[in-house]
Amino acid sequence: MHLIEIEGLSKHFGDIEAVRGISFTVDRGEVVGFLGPNGAGKSTTMKMLAGFLTPSAGRASICGHDVVEDGLAARRRLGYLPEGAPAYPDMTAASFLAFIAQIRGFRGAEARAAVDRAVDRVDLGSVLEQPIDTLSKGFKRRVGLAQALLHDPEVLILDEPTDGLDPNQKHQVRQLIGSMAATKAIIISTHILEEVDAVCTRAMVIANGRVLVDGTPAALEARSPYHHAVYVRAEGKLPASVQDELGALPGVKRVEAAGRADDQGVYVLPQNGADIGPLVRGLLAARGVGVAELRVERGRLDGVFRDITMAA
Amino acid sequence: MRTIGIIFRRELAAYFTTPVAYVFIVIFLLLAGSVTFYVGGFFERGQADLEPFFDFHPWLYLFLIPALSMRLWAEERRSGSVELLLTLPITVPEAVIGKFLAAWVFTGIALALTVPFWITVNYLGSPDNGVILASYLGSFLMAGAFLAIGGAVSALTRSQVIAFVVTAAICFLFIATGSPIVQGPLRAWLPAAITDGVSSLSVLDHFSSVIRGQVELRDLVFFGGLMALFLFANIELVELKKAD
Repeated sequence: MHLIEIEGLSKHFGDIEAVRGISFTVDRGEVVGFLGPNGAGKSTTMKMLAGFLTPSAGRASICGHDVVEDGLAARRRLGYLPEGAPAYPDMTAASFLAFIAQIRGFRGAEARAAVDRAVDRVDLGSVLEQPIDTLSKGFKRRVGLAQALLHDPEVLILDEPTDGLDPNQKHQVRQLIGSMAATKAIIISTHILEEVDAVCTRAMVIANGRVLVDGTPAALEARSPYHHAVYVRAEGKLPASVQDELGALPGVKRVEAAGRADDQGVYVLPQNGADIGPLVRGLLAARGVGVAELRVERGRLDGVFRDITMAA
Repeated sequence: MRTIGIIFRRELAAYFTTPVAYVFIVIFLLLAGSVTFYVGGFFERGQADLEPFFDFHPWLYLFLIPALSMRLWAEERRSGSVELLLTLPITVPEAVIGKFLAAWVFTGIALALTVPFWITVNYLGSPDNGVILASYLGSFLMAGAFLAIGGAVSALTRSQVIAFVVTAAICFLFIATGSPIVQGPLRAWLPAAITDGVSSLSVLDHFSSVIRGQVELRDLVFFGGLMALFLFANIELVELKKAD
């Protein structure tokens, strides 16, 4: 049994088709990153999985429990962070989490232990007695995460868990997700492409309510024209003749300037991601060009993302 | 049941963590006291009873109850916390009933704080305490009916102002169905059987009979029925509108 199963899931609001027949499964140990432009259907899909929206067609299940027919059981096994991490602003973080623990079926000492565990995980101890209203954006998000993690669910669905956080806080949240990945099935949505690389085992590009690409972040990077491209910066200026020779090497598609005024380097782009590093290095050595910097690129997700979503 | 209890306790506590509770209680007590003495002529009547006090409750509730009920769901939807609440392992009926009970018990607390009036009339004379007890029960039931109406209306909109105004308007109709304001236009068009039917929905008539000491089953059924009807509507509306 897959922890998350989605089959032909659709949702329309009046005439607007937000999600059009999405199907996929997620197993334990996977961290799936939903990527896509605003309005692509990422949040709508998550809301259906969490049981907040009723699907117009298709089915979804969490740990084998249908989210509509057996919604209560599905929601028990799910930790969900809604977009924007809403909470009750007048409550203190401590009383809010105590409320969640009770709703999740913990009692007395058990509830306190569950809250303590969650608070520890997201490092919330210092603000527990403050009203949530008065917390910074980063702490509010962490209260939302603590709420989602509190019952140590097998399935976690986090809608933009790092949105609005500073780089250190983002790093912390990614580490947290990474530390839980092995034992859970996790779906996160994000606009930040580097995040996919940092935490996800699988990237899913969604646009216009459809899944356009579903693969590993590495496979996504491999679609980039810059995948395995070689960046070269010579000491001094790279002679034009050498540049032409680089362009003529077997497996090389073209050579292009780095594009920034203060950057004298060039990119040597391969055909079909061929491994051209040794050839480039060999040629430069043969022509006696001093190399200040040389590296092989992995690919640019933002370009891939644009190509995929604009074509849709 | 346990879930309803947890939601009930959170909601009730929420009234007291904000100024809402204190403002409501103080205004309620001030208004209840001043209309009893100045408008109702509590002393001038020379009778030891609480009729002038209870007589004004429908009109006090007309705008105090919508002020309390307007935030029940509108606020949850505006702030987005409804998405959190309804993706927890709870059902919509549990959430609706828990919230309603918290608001109702809160009005019960405000009402209980008027007990000094009761003590005062007992000091001044010898009132019919059975009638007064029945009146408290009637007032509490009427508050519950208005809250149920307000809760359902609050589920319709994100705007607390709209929830307030619409709830007050509906409550006014229920107060005034027996009066010429509503009956006049209706009688011109409809047969007597229907206008009498509409008239029998008057909160004022049922409440008046209760505070005069005539607690009948039909009055209890009336208020209970209003609550059940609007709680049911509330549940359906939350399901329907939660994600709008």
